[in-house]
Parts: sequence; C-alpha cells; structure tokens
Amino acid sequence: MTLPRDDLARRLAQAGLEAGSVEIIGGQWDKIQVGHVTEVKPHPNADRLRLVTVALGDRMPTVVCGAPNVAVGQKIAFASVGAKLVDGHTGQPATLKPAKIRGVVSEGMVCSEKELGLSGDHTGILVLPADAPVGAALADLLGDTIFDIEVTPNRPDCLSVIGIAREVSALTSQPLHLPQIAYKEGREQVSGLASVDVVDPDLCPRYCAGVITNVKIGPSPEWLQRRLQAGGMRPINNVVDITNYVMLEHGQPLHAFDYAKLTDRKIVVRRARQGESLTSLDGVERPLNCEMLVIADSRRPVALAGVMGGANSEVSEATTAVLLESANFKRESVRETAAALNMRSEASARFEKGLSPELPVPALRRAMQLMVELAGGEAASGIIDVYPGKRERPPILFPASETKRLLGMELPVEKIKSVLESLGFGVEMAAPAQMSVNVPWWRTDVSQGADLVEEVARIVGYDQIPTTIMDAPIPPLEPSPLLSMKRTLTDLLVAAGMQEVITYSLISLEGLKRTTPDLDLPGPKPVRVSNPMSREHEYLRTSLRPRLLFHIAQNQRFEEGIKLFEIGHVYYPRHSDLPQEVETLCGAMWGLKQEMSWRTKPMPADFYDAKGALDAALVRLGVEAKYVKAEDVGLRSGACADIVVRGLKIGVIGEVHPKVVENFDAAGPVFLFEIDLEKLLPHAGTGVEYKPLPRFPATVRDMALVVDLGVQYQSIVDIVQDFPLVSRVALFDVYSGEQVPRGKKSLAFRIWYQSPDHTLTDEEVNGVQQRMLSALESKLGAVLRA
Amino acid sequence: MIDKLSQLKTVAETELNAVTDTRRLEEWRVRYLGKKSAIMQALRELSSLSLEERRKAGALANEVKDAFESSYKQKLEGIKQAELELATAAKALDVTLPGQPESLGRLHPTTQAMREVCQVFTSLGFETVEGPEVEWDYYNFEALNIPKGHPARDMWATLWVDFADPEKQRSMLMRTHTSPMQIRTMEKRRPPVRLIMPGKTYRYEATDVRHEWMFHQVEGLAIDKNITMADLKGTLFEFARRMFGADRKARFRCDYFPFVEPGVEVAIDCFICKGQGCRLCSGSGWIEILGAGMVHPDVLRRMDCDPAVYSGFAFGMGVERIPMLRYGIEDIRHFYGNDLRFLKQFWGF
Ligand SMILES: [Zn+2]
Repeated sequence: MTLPRDDLARRLAQAGLEAGSVEIIGGQWDKIQVGHVTEVKPHPNADRLRLVTVALGDRMPTVVCGAPNVAVGQKIAFASVGAKLVDGHTGQPATLKPAKIRGVVSEGMVCSEKELGLSGDHTGILVLPADAPVGAALADLLGDTIFDIEVTPNRPDCLSVIGIAREVSALTSQPLHLPQIAYKEGREQVSGLASVDVVDPDLCPRYCAGVITNVKIGPSPEWLQRRLQAGGMRPINNVVDITNYVMLEHGQPLHAFDYAKLTDRKIVVRRARQGESLTSLDGVERPLNCEMLVIADSRRPVALAGVMGGANSEVSEATTAVLLESANFKRESVRETAAALNMRSEASARFEKGLSPELPVPALRRAMQLMVELAGGEAASGIIDVYPGKRERPPILFPASETKRLLGMELPVEKIKSVLESLGFGVEMAAPAQMSVNVPWWRTDVSQGADLVEEVARIVGYDQIPTTIMDAPIPPLEPSPLLSMKRTLTDLLVAAGMQEVITYSLISLEGLKRTTPDLDLPGPKPVRVSNPMSREHEYLRTSLRPRLLFHIAQNQRFEEGIKLFEIGHVYYPRHSDLPQEVETLCGAMWGLKQEMSWRTKPMPADFYDAKGALDAALVRLGVEAKYVKAEDVGLRSGACADIVVRGLKIGVIGEVHPKVVENFDAAGPVFLFEIDLEKLLPHAGTGVEYKPLPRFPATVRDMALVVDLGVQYQSIVDIVQDFPLVSRVALFDVYSGEQVPRGKKSLAFRIWYQSPDHTLTDEEVNGVQQRMLSALESKLGAVLRA
Repeated sequence: MIDKLSQLKTVAETELNAVTDTRRLEEWRVRYLGKKSAIMQALRELSSLSLEERRKAGALANEVKDAFESSYKQKLEGIKQAELELATAAKALDVTLPGQPESLGRLHPTTQAMREVCQVFTSLGFETVEGPEVEWDYYNFEALNIPKGHPARDMWATLWVDFADPEKQRSMLMRTHTSPMQIRTMEKRRPPVRLIMPGKTYRYEATDVRHEWMFHQVEGLAIDKNITMADLKGTLFEFARRMFGADRKARFRCDYFPFVEPGVEVAIDCFICKGQGCRLCSGSGWIEILGAGMVHPDVLRRMDCDPAVYSGFAFGMGVERIPMLRYGIEDIRHFYGNDLRFLKQFWGF
C-alpha cells in the first residue's frame, strides 16, 4: 500500500465506501517488543509473584510478574518503562513507570491482551507464536489497521476483503493480488461420496459442495484467529474458522456439515414441509413453514438455507469428514426466512443483498485449500456443482457521450475505458465512441448505462464534476391555492398572538376518547398502525383536539395564558383505499389573554377572544363567517357554535366541555375552534370588490334597544342591515341588570346612514329609523331604551 | 406725599420679591396697581396739592407707577416660565416603563426552517407540491426500485398501516420519506418540471436525542432534457450557500439510494469550526445535510419519461436538522414535545 491511511480512507469514502471507524492496532506500541522468557523464579517476598527474566536480544531485564501462565521458553510481549498501555484493572490508558514490587525492582512488564488493548482478557499474559523474532517490535508482528467500512446494500461484493481490495486497486492504480488457489486433490471422486439434489431451483440458483476427509478438529493457527477477531468474529475451531475466514475474504458464506451425520450422504435443497422443524446451532427449535428453503439430507432438514446450520449436523470434536456447502440462494427467500425466525446472521446479511452465483466456486476451492493446509484434511477430487440458475449477462452498450449527458463532464473515451477496466469491466469499442461493456461477475449491481456512469464518476471523483446552474427556462408553475391559504392562515393566526405547534399524527384510542365527556370514540374508528411503537402512537388521529388539549395541560404549569394552534392532517378511514387526509385547523386558548401589565387588569381569555382571533384571520382571507348556536359532543352546551360560510358549516367553536378538560388533567376553561380547511378553501381569497369612496357624508345615530335575554345580537343586526341607507352598524354596549327589567338586556348600537347620491336630511334618517324600530319591535319585541 | 411714595415703592418692591405664584402676583397687582391702590389714590389726590408740589409729586407718582407696571410684567413672565417648567416636568414620562403587551405568536421552528428551504428553491424556479402521508407500498418503495425483499428496505424502518386487501396485492404504510411524491406528481406532470415536495415522514424507530419517529423532509425533483449532475451540484451548492452562509463549501461523495444513479451524499463544511473539526461535526469538519442523485432510468421509465431523452436529479433532506445545527438544539424530541419554553425561543426570520 502506497497511500497514507487517512488518504485511503478519504478516497474510499468518495467512492461510496465510508469507513465508519479506523482502528489502529499497535499504534501506541513503540516501546513494546518480542521477548523470550529465559528464567522464572519465585519472588522472595510474595507467594503469587514471580521474577521473570526476558531476553530481548540486546539486554536481559528481570521483571516481577503475577500472571499464572508465564513459563520458560515462551515468546511474550515485553513493555519497557515509558510504554503506553491499558491499565489491566481500570481499563484506562497508562504509561509504564519504573516500579519496585515487594522490594524487587521491576524493569518493565510482560503484557496481557488487555494491557495491549487487543481484548478484555487479563487472565494471563499474551503468549506469542514460537517463531516470533526476539527483539522485534510487537507492532511489526501484531500491528494492524482496521477499516470498518459501511457498505451500502447494493455492494455485497464489498462485504469482503477481496471486494475492498478491488476498489483500492482501482482507486490507487495499484495491481490487485488475489490468493493463489491450489490444493492437492485426493483419489476419491466427490461424486462417489455425496450427491446434491436442488428440488426448488427458484430459490437456489446454484449449489456447490466439496468433501474433505480425515480432518483433525482443533484450534486455528494464531494468524487466522487474529484476522477473524479483527473482522469481528469469534474463533471456534479450524473448520468453522475456515468457513468464516473465506466468508470475510471472498464474501461468500459457507457451511460445513459433519459428513457422517448426513443421512444417505445426500443433500436435498427444498422448501420445508408442513410440520417440520429444525433445532438451530443456538439450540432453539424453530418451527418451519412451507415458504422456507431448507438444506435437508434424505430424511430431515439439516440447515436453514443461507440463515443458519442445524444442530443435528454440526461439526464437533468428533468430526472426521466434512461436506462444505458454497451456494447461492435467492435473496428475498433468505431475507424472509431470517426475518420470520428473527435470526439475522453474518451469512443471511450477505445472502439478503444478492450475491453473485459465480462466487460459490472460487470460495469453495479456497476453503478446500485451507482445510487441506490447516485442518490436515484430504480433499475429494472435484466439486459438486448444481447450477440451475445460470444466466448470461449481455454486454452493456455504452456511448461515451453518456458521461457528458449525465455528469456534465467531458471525459476522453480512453479515460472512461481505463477507469472501467481498472474495476474489472471488460471494455470493447463497438464503434469509435460506443463501448460494449462486459460486467465482471461480482458486480451484481451494474446492469445499465447509468450504473457505468456512476462507476466512472466515483473513481474519477465527484469533486471533479463541474458546478453549473440549470439555464433552461423555468417550467410553468401551477397555482396551489390550498398551500397559499395554509401559509396565509398560519401567518394570520401568529399575528393574532397564537403559537403554532406541530403534534404527533399517531395517537392512542384513549387519547381520542378523552375529547368526549363520557369517553366515547368521536367519529369513525380510526385507522390503525400494524406495528405501533407503543400504544400511545397506535392510531391515525381523526382530530387535532386531543394533542392540543394535552399540550395545553402540559404547559399550564409554566404559563399564565396559552394560545396554540395547529394546521395538519386528520385521517378518516375509507373502504379499500388510502385514508382520506383532511387538512384541518385547530386552535385552543386558556388563561390570561395577555401578559400581565401595569396598565390593564389581567383578563382571562373567553369565547369571544377565540372568536375574535379566528374572525380576524378569516376576514383577512376574505371570508365572512356566521356563527350559529349549535351542539358538539366535546364542547359545553350553550357555549358552542357552528362556523358557517355561505350556508355551509366549515367548523365549530366553543368552550371545551369541563369534563373533557378534566379528562386531560387540565385547568379550564379552555376555548377551542376547529375548521376543515378544504371546506374553507373555496371561500377564501375570492377577490376584492372595490367600491368608489362615498361622496356624501354619513349621518350617525346611536340607538339602545331593550330585548329579551334570549334574543341574539345577530338577529337584530340582520334586520338593521336590511334597511336601505344603513352603511355600517357597530355594537358598543351590552347590559343586563338593575337599569333594565328582569329577563331583559339592553344592546346599544351606533348606526351610520349614508346615501351614494345626496346628503341625507334628518327627516330621511328619522323615517328609516322609525321603520327599523317598528320592524325590530314586531319581529323581536325590541323597544328603545328609555 | 413724596415721602409716602418713596416708602410705598420700597415696601411694594420688597413684597414683589417674595411673590412666587400667579395668584399672589395678582393680589400684589390689585394692591399696588388696582383702582384702590395707594398709587392710584395718590394720583387722584394730586389735584389737591399746590402746583409746585403737584408737579413734583405727579412726576414721582407716575414714575413709581411705571416702575410697578414694569416690575409686574417682569415678574409675570418669570412666574409663567417657572410654572411652565414645573408643568413640563410633571408631564415627563418614564420611558422605561413596559409598553402595552401584545400577545406574541410564533411559527413552529420546523415551519420556519421548512419555509426557508422552500423559499430558496422557489427562487430557483421550483414549485411546491404536497401529498398524502399514508401511502401504498408501491409509491413508497416499489416504484422507487425497492421491490419487496429488496435489501435496501432496511434503510427505512417502516410503520405499516392495517389494510385488508382482498387481492393481497397492496400494503399500506406511513411514508418513510417524501420520495413517493416524485412518482405521484409525475403521474400528472410532463417534463420539464422543477418541484419541491415538503412534508411529514415517519419511521419505526425508538426515539432518543437524535432520533424521532415523526419528522419532516423536503424532496426535490428536476426533470428536463440535458439536466446533469453538474446542475445538481450547482443547485445544491447554491442552496447550501443561501441556507448556511455565502462562504460555505460543499462536498459531494458517492452514496447509494436505489432510486438514483449516480447517487450522492452532500455535506457542507462545518460552519462552527470552518472545517477544523468540532463537536457539532464529530471532528470531521463536514456536516452531511442531504442525499441526492440523478433520477434512476427505471424510475424515469415509471414516470413515463424516456431515459434516453430526459434526465433529472432528485434530492431529499431532513428539516429538523437545520435548526438543530444552527441553534445547537441537543434533543430532537423537543420539536414535537411542544413545551412553550422551547417553542418561544424561536422568533422566526
Ligand atoms: Zn465543526
């Protein structure tokens, strides 16, 4: 490798392979070297300690050592004074200081794995291989750099050392070195030892197997164990370790069966049968269903294809022959089986991403080679290869102009060709600027021109692509009245002093029920989430009220007055269709209408404050709403109105029912309005009707009327406004008390009379007012207040 | 008489000196200049004097009278001035007293950020479109090259929605990203288009300081003839500069999203440490802000756009992340916790 570590990490990341972490083993080991234990003596003053003399080549220090496993002849990791270590007890970084232990000077330390930062093991010292050169820096022997690369799901080929090596080779223009695969094959033909029958080829495009006899199960060599550990895997025994090692190296999961335990020495790849089960390697019995692919012998399942082996055919100490499986399974099938049994494994994680069906053969041969070399096995001659899913991959016709068209970057054909070739693509010129590209078998993710464009871009580097601004004419915009209305309405409510909130769309059934006094479900049964994270977030809300009331209650501890509103979707179930999502506005008020002030007394917000805020917004949208006394299950009877525009109800307003307020553990009274924005939309912003300014003055008259308490303001105004010449009416006082008879109230109006074509005379105005009074009297029993 | 007048003058002027308000001054005027005053009396009595005396006393009396009148005027001016000053002082305001409080509403910080993002793209000619939050598997996944069983499904932990499909063909879900709007919108539109599609998105996700199961995204889509990745870079670079400052640098790296090819991850240099590495950027100097890429040819085909003729880019970004980065908000759960002590801190732009 010629590139510094950080540059390599950066180049890989640019190319789409980001290292989530880079771990450097031995980066701190500059005072640690290989030592040879030449003498071990008891400590004169302590039973458990010993004096260990270590040969380092140029000197022979003696140290005090408490490890039980230290012995003469061992090669060990020796730390001199000043070495940076991990404290064996606390796990904290520490620097080795000269020490006198129980009266004996210790000139260094023999290290455990934990002290070296290799693992958490502090039960004894680390014993190095016997051939470790005395005096050599430990970093040269065990030092390593681990790139933990986050591989995107489209690149299962990069879930392997070889895959990453291919990328590095292309990025650095360095030659790629692959392991040489060759091993001695025995006389016995594999076909005489085992047979494979792929019954369900739709789920198993390829199944390869080899047989190794006379294996000796035992621990793997040190180097292999270390590499497995560096790859995050736990060493088990040589056979299992080899399958895992080849998986890390080639990216192909392998499975080793105990050959003797396969009934009739037969492998059958088939769907599980009704009622079958398999005890997996973790000892759990798994019920299988007919969609799961199993590896069976002639009698019973012995593994879950691509997911996990079965206990009944597991390699054990007693195993002397293994059948090695290297196969390709349909990714969806592995994914579903692993998910259904909740058994994600390193193997299934690779199969799920769609491995190349060409991979099993080299991986199997590599594993056979290692079995022979490291497990003393004898490989049967040949391999079994059942390949029902073989597909030809036609070359991609790739015009060189595609890189310019999609990247906006001019690249010479030669450059494109060499980049693709560095990644293993076969490129032939079909015409001067037309390439015919053969995709290497390991690149399952590349199938068309755009994929090749990405290959070129990521190797050349995205930073090489120019930066331009689209210079085509801007496409025509389609107006979106709902969007603009929502935006304006939001601004207007904010201007009216209300705080916008955004609340969760999912809610519990109980939450919805709390919006009615008797905890009944308001409206239709809401749509349910199948896999809710909690009962709190199980149903799609059919109302914005519950969350708003919840947040009022929650904020009451800290506030004297609260005004909230939300504009968001509510979701109504529809038959065999997506729910109907209705844009809804809900506002709620509680407590002081304004902050405390030295000028005005603190006044609690009431119905009319809620109405005023809403009306201010509606008027500015060009909407004139009428408020019609009504009932709503969540609102207090007698303090509730429908909001009506041009005869159609668009929402409600009122005081929240005291029991509902209580349901939310809130303090009342709370006032609330709710509007269906899609019903409001047709009336909003319906244009301005300009009128010329009046040329003649208005005559202003005040008039106080005494009516029954039950008579509504609106009914009076409707009558007054119906009269000609009335240009404006304002209510300036409402009174009931000692000054008027019991059961009556007085309403004082100021009325403006105006004519478009002349100045009004007193007689004219008096005449209108007279007629008005008699109409009010006959229709509403109103009389002028004395 | 002459003696009397001289004495009068002395007494009157002493008295005048003691006068400090208009009422006393008026009393003084009546006493010394009124019809019944000594000086008027003296002037009236002149006729009873001898000619010689009359001439002398008359001159003196007129002189005293004139002196009284001029002193009076002077005093009046002085007092008026003093009273005016007093009155002005009494009317002076404590300008530091609080004004009449107005109730203050604010936009939710997510709305503020969302508007800011949309505004940038609106100015670049993008149109805003919204759509449903509950989606078919088809729009959320399949049409975006993520068929059932596709490994990339793991990138979007999904909240599924109960739906009994008699044909068992369709499944319903809470959209995991705003990308389904690409397909939905293009079912109704023809290129050229420039669209941004903001909205709520949902994930099956345990919440912590960095994760929330409901959040907001803005999706972008531009399709036309001759749209290139250079245009994508230019557009997103411009966005980054307008959102995060004119001196921002942007970094484009290869990344994978099944519905784009080539795919891009976009990061900006950290605006806190200017690329030196700090806590905000986890020491890297860069902050990832969005994912993007060229619309995948298979997706273009599904939009009924010929990928040999049309090309386009798409991008998607999380919205809450913007105020979190900008204000150093430590916990994403504050956003929909709706504690007013949190919400009131964000004034809007
Ligand atoms: Zn930083």
